[in-house]
Amino acid sequence: MKPRLKPGLPFVLLAAALAIVPWILRRAEMEYCLTQLTMSLYYAIVVLGLCLVMGYAGQVSLGHGAFFAIGGYTSAVLTTCDVSKWQTAAWLGWIKQSPFCIAREDLFGNPILTVSPWAAFFAAMALTFVVANLIGYPALRLRGHYLAMATLGFGMIVHKVILGTAFTGAADGINGVPEWNLGLGLTVSGKRPLRIENYFIAGGLLLLLLVLLHNLVRSRVGRALQAIHDRETAANAMGINTALYKLKTFVLSALMAAMAGVFFTHYTAGIGPSEAGAFKSVRYVALAAAGGMSSLWGVTGMSTLLNYMSLRGLFGSYDNAVFGLLLIGIVSLAPEGPLKPLARLVRRLAGACRPPNAAQPDAARPNNGLEGRPRHGAA
Amino acid sequence: MESGNLELQYFLSGITKGSIYAVVAIGFNLIYSATGVLNFAQGEFVMLGGMVAVTLARFVPLPVALAGAVVIVALVGCLLEILFFRRLQRHSILHLVIITIGLSIVLQEIALHLWDEKVRSLPYFTGNEISTLKFLGAAISPQVLWVLATVAVIVVLLHIFLKYTLPGRAMRAGSSNPSAAMLAGINIANMRTLAFGLSAAIGALAGCVISPITMTHYEMGAPLAIKGFAAAIVGGLGNPMAAVLGGLMVGVLEAYSVSRLPAAYSDVTVFAVLLLVLFVRPHGFWGRPGGESVREH
Amino acid sequence: MKKTYLLAAGICALGSQCLTQNIHAAAGGEPIKIGAIFSVTGPASFLGAPEEKTVRMFMDKLNAAGGINGRRVALVLKDSGGSPEKAVSFAKQLIEEEKVLAIIGPSTSGETMQIKALCEENEMILVSCAAAEVIVNPVARYVFKTPQKDSQAVTWIYRTMKDKGLRKIAVVSSNDGFGAAGKKQLEEMAPAEGIEILANEVYDKQATDLTDILTKIKGTRGVQAIVNWSIVPAQSIVAKNMRQLGMEMPLFQSHGFGNRKYVEQAGVAAEGTLFPAGRLLVVDELPDSHPQKALLAAYKKDYEETYKEDVSTFGGHAYDAILVVTEALKRAGRPDRARVRDAIENLKGLVGTAGVFNFSPTDHTGLDLTSFEMLTVKDGKFAIYRK
Repeated sequence: MKPRLKPGLPFVLLAAALAIVPWILRRAEMEYCLTQLTMSLYYAIVVLGLCLVMGYAGQVSLGHGAFFAIGGYTSAVLTTCDVSKWQTAAWLGWIKQSPFCIAREDLFGNPILTVSPWAAFFAAMALTFVVANLIGYPALRLRGHYLAMATLGFGMIVHKVILGTAFTGAADGINGVPEWNLGLGLTVSGKRPLRIENYFIAGGLLLLLLVLLHNLVRSRVGRALQAIHDRETAANAMGINTALYKLKTFVLSALMAAMAGVFFTHYTAGIGPSEAGAFKSVRYVALAAAGGMSSLWGVTGMSTLLNYMSLRGLFGSYDNAVFGLLLIGIVSLAPEGPLKPLARLVRRLAGACRPPNAAQPDAARPNNGLEGRPRHGAA
Repeated sequence: MESGNLELQYFLSGITKGSIYAVVAIGFNLIYSATGVLNFAQGEFVMLGGMVAVTLARFVPLPVALAGAVVIVALVGCLLEILFFRRLQRHSILHLVIITIGLSIVLQEIALHLWDEKVRSLPYFTGNEISTLKFLGAAISPQVLWVLATVAVIVVLLHIFLKYTLPGRAMRAGSSNPSAAMLAGINIANMRTLAFGLSAAIGALAGCVISPITMTHYEMGAPLAIKGFAAAIVGGLGNPMAAVLGGLMVGVLEAYSVSRLPAAYSDVTVFAVLLLVLFVRPHGFWGRPGGESVREH
Repeated sequence: MKKTYLLAAGICALGSQCLTQNIHAAAGGEPIKIGAIFSVTGPASFLGAPEEKTVRMFMDKLNAAGGINGRRVALVLKDSGGSPEKAVSFAKQLIEEEKVLAIIGPSTSGETMQIKALCEENEMILVSCAAAEVIVNPVARYVFKTPQKDSQAVTWIYRTMKDKGLRKIAVVSSNDGFGAAGKKQLEEMAPAEGIEILANEVYDKQATDLTDILTKIKGTRGVQAIVNWSIVPAQSIVAKNMRQLGMEMPLFQSHGFGNRKYVEQAGVAAEGTLFPAGRLLVVDELPDSHPQKALLAAYKKDYEETYKEDVSTFGGHAYDAILVVTEALKRAGRPDRARVRDAIENLKGLVGTAGVFNFSPTDHTGLDLTSFEMLTVKDGKFAIYRK
C-alpha cells in the first residue's frame, strides 16, 4: 500500500504552485497571462460549487450561470446607479448618508452617489440566498430530468429578465463598475499594476473554498451527501433529512457562484447578460463533468485549464467545437474525470522501474452512482 | 378593427408558434420514451434538416430535397447513436445527457463551418412570403397549415408504427422492459438506434416545413430545443399527442402573454409556467404520474 | 500525488503555450502589427464575418502594393464570438502581449464599451466598428468609431416619415445590443422631431414568428408606420408577418437591412421597405462625379470577386476602420501610437465606404448626416428613395 499523504499536503502544494506561477510568468515576460488565469480561477469557483451539487448530491443544475449573474448584476447595479436620485421615504434617507453609500463620479464627471462595493456584496449574497432557497425548495423534490429542466427554466427566466429590463442595461450589460477595496490593502480591480495582487485574490478565494469543501465532504455532511447520492430512499430510511441536505448544498453552490460573480464583475469592471445564458450554464456543467463530477481537484484543474485556453483564444473560431468534443470525449471515455486515467498512466510509466503494486481493479462502478433513472424504463 | 378578431388573431399567432414547438417536441419525446435520454441535440436535427434541404433544393425539386434531407439526417441520427451511445454501458443517464449537450455543440459548429453563418430558407410550399389565408377577420400564412398537417401526419404514422408494426412494438417492449425484451429476442441496441434515427427524421422534417416561417440558420437549434423540451414537459412526457398539445399550449400562452405584458417578457411567462407545471404537476397535463416511458399507448 | 501531477501538467501546458507565443512574436519583428477583435462566430457573426473578410482583403492588397512606408502590415485577429469577457481578455492580450499599434473592432457596442476604458488607460488606439453613441461621447482620446451614429440613422427615418405625413408610429426592436441601441435613439429623438411612439415592443432576437407582436401593433389605434430595429432573421420575419397579417402600412428598417440577401429572404414582402444606409448598396446609381463612387465600386467588386458573396455595409465599417488606421499611419510616418492618434484626429475629407470622414478632437466619428441615403426596395433591388 502506498503511504498515505499528510492530509494537508495537496493544499500546500497547490498554494505553492499558485504562488510560483506569477514568478515563472514574469521571468518569461508573459505576465499578461495572469489576466486570463484570474478570470478562469473565478469561473472555476462556480464549477466547484456545481461539483458539489452534481457530484456529491447527485443533482443536476443547468442554471448556475443565473446565480453568477445575480451576484454580478446586483453588485454592478448597486455600485453604478445613482442612489441620490431615488425618492425614498424619509426614514430610509439615512442610508444615503451612511457608509453604505459612497460619492463617486460617473462617466461624464458628474457627482453621483452609489452603494459601496462591500454593501453591494452583502446585498448580492442575501439576494442569492433568498432566490436559491425559493427555487431550490420546490425544484429539488423533482427527479433527474425534471430537475434539469426546472433549473434550465430558472436560468432562462433570469436571462430574459436581465435582457428585457433597462435597469440592468438590457443587452449591453453594465460597465463602469468601480474597483472594490477589500481592506487590508487589497483591491479587486482590473488595472495593470494590481494584476498580480488580483491573481492572488482569486487564487486565495479559490483555495479557501477548496479547503472548505474538502472538509465538508469528509465530514458527516459529506457522508450524508454521499448516501443521498447513492441511494436516496435508503438514506431517507436511515433518518437523513435528504431534502434539507440537498437544499443546503444547492444554496451553498449558488452562493459560491454569486460570490465569484461579484468578484469577477469588479475585476472586469462590467458584466453582460450572456453570463446568465443557457450557454454559459451548460458550459459550467460540461466543465464539472469533464473534471470528474465528484472530484474537487479534477474539476478545479480542468475548468481552470479549459477556460484559460478559451479566454486566450487558443482555439480561435473553433472554441465551441473543441469544447463540445472534449466534453464528449471525456464523458464517454473517462466518466469519472481525467484524473484517474491520468494517474494510472503516470503510475504505469513510473511502474516500469518498480515492482508491481497489488493489482488495482479498474474502477468501473456499475452505476456511477448518480441520481437518475436506471436505463430502459424499470421505474 | 374589432377586438374580437384581435383575440382570434392572437390565438392563430399562438398556433403558429405552437405548431413549431409541437413538431420539435414530438421528436424529443420519442427518444426520451424509447431510451430515457434527454436529447439536447434534437434542435440540431431540426436545423440540419432545414440546412440540408436548402442546399439540396438548389439542384433537385423541392419534394426530392425534402425527402433527401429527412433520409440524410436520419442516417446522421443513427450514426450518432452507434458512435456515441452504443458502447457506453457504465454511464448514468446524466452522463448520456451531457454527451447530447456536447453533440449539440459540435453539430452546431460543424454546421457553421460546412455552411456559414448566413440565414437561409426554403421557399414556401404554397404561395409566397405574403400569401395569407383570411377567415373571420384574422389571417394566417398557409405555411402554418402545412406545419400542422405535418404534425398530424407524424402523430398518426407514429401511432401506427408503435402500435401495429413489429419494429414499433419491439421498440416499445425494449423501453418498458429491456430484460424481457431481450429474452424475447429483441435487439435492444438496434431499437435504440432506430429511435434515434426516427427522431432525427422527424426533426429533419420539422426543420424543412418550418424553414419558410422561421428561416434556417446554424444557431436556431438551441432555442428551439429548449422550447421544445418545455413543450414536451408541459404536455407530458411519454405520449406524442401530449407533446403536440403541450407545444400548442406553450405557443398560445406566449401569444397571450404578448397581448397583456410587454413582449420582452413573453419567454419569462412561458418558463415561469414551465416551472409551475414542474413544481405542481411534473408529469405534465396529459402525462401519467410515474409514466415516464412508453408503456401502453 | 495524482492531484499534483495534474496541476503540474496544467502549469506546464500554460507555460509552454506562453513561451511558444513569445517565440512567434519575437520572430515577426518587421511587419507592423494591427490587432482586430471581431465576432466572426456567434450571435453577432453577421457583423464580424464580413468585417474579418474585408480587413484581410484590404491588408493583402496593401501588402501587395508594398505596405506602408515600405513596411508590411500584419493582422492579429481574435474571434470574440460576441462575448464581452472574451473581448476584454483579447484586448488585454493585444495590448500587452502582441503590443499592436491599434485595435480595430469590436463588432458590437456592448463589447466596445467593456474595453473602452481599458484602451484609453493603456493608450491603445481603438477604432471600433460598432455604432453606439456612448463610444465616442464622452470622447476618449484614443477611442474612435467608423459607423455612422444610430442617431443619424434615426434622424433620416423620422424626417422621411414627416415628409410622408406619418407622425404616429410603432417601434419594434430585438433584445440584443443592436436593437437596444436603435430603440434608445428612436425614443430619445421622437419628441424633438414631433413623432409620437404609440407602441414600443422588444422581442427575442431568435424569435421564430412575430405575428403576436404585430397583432398587438395592429390592435393599437392610430399607428401609421412601423420601425423595426433588428437584424436577420427577425427583420425578414417582421416584413413577411406584416404582409401576412394584411398590414399595409409602411415599414422602416434600420441600416441593418443593408445586404441583398436580406431582401431575398423577405422576398416580395420587402417591396417598399424604407431604410437609411450608406451608399455602398446603391453604388450603381451614383453619378461618376460622386466622391465615394470609385472607392465603393472597387470595394464591391473586390469583395464579391474574392468571396463570392454579396457585399454588406457592415464589412464596410471594417474597411473604413483599417483605412483610417493605415492613412493615419502613412501621415504619421512611424508606428508611434501618440503620433498616429494625432494623425487620425486630423484626418479630413477621407473617403470611406460609409461616407466622407472628417475627424476632430471633439468628433471621433467623423461622419455627418450626409453619409446616409434613404433607400428602398424596388423589384427586389435596392434603390435610392425618391419622394
